[in-house]
Amino acid sequence: MKTEDTRVNYHILKKDELDGFIKNLAKKMKVCAPVAKGHNNFAFEEVTSAADIALKYIPTILPPKKYFMPPREKMLDFDISGGKPKDAANLDAEKVALFGVHTCDLAGIQCLNMVFSERPRDYNYLRRKENIFIIGLECNDYCDQHASCALVGNHYPNGGYDLFFTDLGDRFIVHVGTQKGEELVESLAMAKASSADLSALDKVREHKKTAFKNEIGVEVKALPAIFAKGVESAVWKDVGSRCVSCGNCTNVCPTCYCFDMSDTINLDMKTGSRNRTWDSCQFETFAAVAGGENFREERSARQRHRYFRKFKYSVDKFYRSFCTGCGRCTRTCMAKINLKETLTALAAENK
Amino acid sequence: MTEEIKNSNWRLRKGQIIAAKQMTATEKWFDIMLEDGDLDHEPGQFVQVELYGIGEAPISVCSSPTKRGSFELTVRAAGRLTKHMHSLGTGDWVGIRGPFGKPFPVKLMTGNDLLFVAGGLGIAPLRSLINYVMDNRREFGKVDILLGCKTPTDMLFGDEIAQWQKRLDVNFSCTVDRTAPDWKGNVGLITSLIPGVTINPEKTFGVVVGPPIMYKFVIAELLKKNLPERQIILSLERHMKCGMGKCGHCQIDHPKNYYCCKDGPTFTYEEVKESKKL
Repeated sequence: MKTEDTRVNYHILKKDELDGFIKNLAKKMKVCAPVAKGHNNFAFEEVTSAADIALKYIPTILPPKKYFMPPREKMLDFDISGGKPKDAANLDAEKVALFGVHTCDLAGIQCLNMVFSERPRDYNYLRRKENIFIIGLECNDYCDQHASCALVGNHYPNGGYDLFFTDLGDRFIVHVGTQKGEELVESLAMAKASSADLSALDKVREHKKTAFKNEIGVEVKALPAIFAKGVESAVWKDVGSRCVSCGNCTNVCPTCYCFDMSDTINLDMKTGSRNRTWDSCQFETFAAVAGGENFREERSARQRHRYFRKFKYSVDKFYRSFCTGCGRCTRTCMAKINLKETLTALAAENK
Repeated sequence: MTEEIKNSNWRLRKGQIIAAKQMTATEKWFDIMLEDGDLDHEPGQFVQVELYGIGEAPISVCSSPTKRGSFELTVRAAGRLTKHMHSLGTGDWVGIRGPFGKPFPVKLMTGNDLLFVAGGLGIAPLRSLINYVMDNRREFGKVDILLGCKTPTDMLFGDEIAQWQKRLDVNFSCTVDRTAPDWKGNVGLITSLIPGVTINPEKTFGVVVGPPIMYKFVIAELLKKNLPERQIILSLERHMKCGMGKCGHCQIDHPKNYYCCKDGPTFTYEEVKESKKL
């Protein structure tokens, strides 16, 4: 006989209760969730009811990093009308609840948290993070053929959420990850999950063991060594010869955080702002200096750099792969540069 | 967290230019006083200079921390911001972040012989160390300074160089790539000066700062003199945009994932010899 299931922090939300849940949450803060944009494109946007939400979606065009590190973020306002300039730091950080974040994107947020928590800390980022409530959503099957989440182990939840939803057909089983999540669940008097619900969850997870397979056929732990050996690989020449340096791959990447700082001056020529904007290591001038030297002039060197930042440098520095397996870079690339193919080719050289 | 944001590394300290001088056709020197105290830098560090409405650029501090009250920058009009900066003069205000970066290993150098090799504008960051050494001269052994510039008119800090030439506790030599009618010194690349220097490899630090192209040849000469790789100190050039090891611009293509702004800009040759480009 099976012993009683002792997992306690699981609750149940019936699917027909989701609308009430979203509306309730929207009273407290802005709620953002994946919304269908047509042509199999999805985007995180503000929603006011469950009907707005695409519960089944392939990774959104932009990852949820846009809420943590906005594409354009004002850092300070300044006034130079007097002799001495005056400035004030921008302290805006909206309270947001993200609903329906897939496990790949939860991993992406965890990576960004590591980067911006490393000293010297970036408090502008950390303050936004504090104000964002995260509700994850499990993928019971692959979203499409471009994902490589099983390679990096991101097809299962590995934390990084306040609440985590798994679809059990007519209901969601909700795992509580944090105190904040616990408070919300309590305030809504969400029912506790029964042993039947928990075994249904186990079934989903069991199914995933066979549904998801390491897409490259190489252990993720072996990749840093493969990269270290592959610095001069012909793979980079091939990828570089196709790349058009558009920067799409880095913009859509949930863990690309390189940025530029720029000033904007208003038409009065007296006031303005300093802004942080997303930048891309794929742009020709990214590693150029004023004297004319460019330290990453070739596209192949820039593409190699991007891959190294996902599979080698990040592992050395943060002990984890910064590729979350979401597949966005492959989906968005107009030159058809395919992450799975690149990794497979690189790994094949080392066999 | 609002106080942390206000006081973070993004905070701009207000600095007023208290003196400025056009040194050559392309380089201008500035003496800047911060309204809220000393910069408190160490030799080899850099600051981010903000011209409100135009933007920011990383500039090496060229004065020694032994000089209190203000700090100095030598700026080549090479990019958008630096060209604008040349239009500034005494009384103008700038925003300053920093100091950033790993300084020259002054403590390790103490008690040892020093060989300074500066090419072109490389003299600016190196001057922060040279003047520090001059102000603490008895703490160091033999000091050699080798300077290379394109033409005699490109020479920076001419008045100070004249002083260095006069000092008995410093060996100074200089060369130009292209000569001019009234030039009486050496002509040729800076590498041509190295064979003439006596080096005790056991107790000498070679400090090399110049354009990327210079490093390869100067380092080869120093290695010929049996100077160990870990005693060759370089200051690398990259476009540091944040100064905090985050923005990604200054990352060096090296197995160790160095950020020039945080792990550098000063490195030993041993640390960075595997870099794709120095």
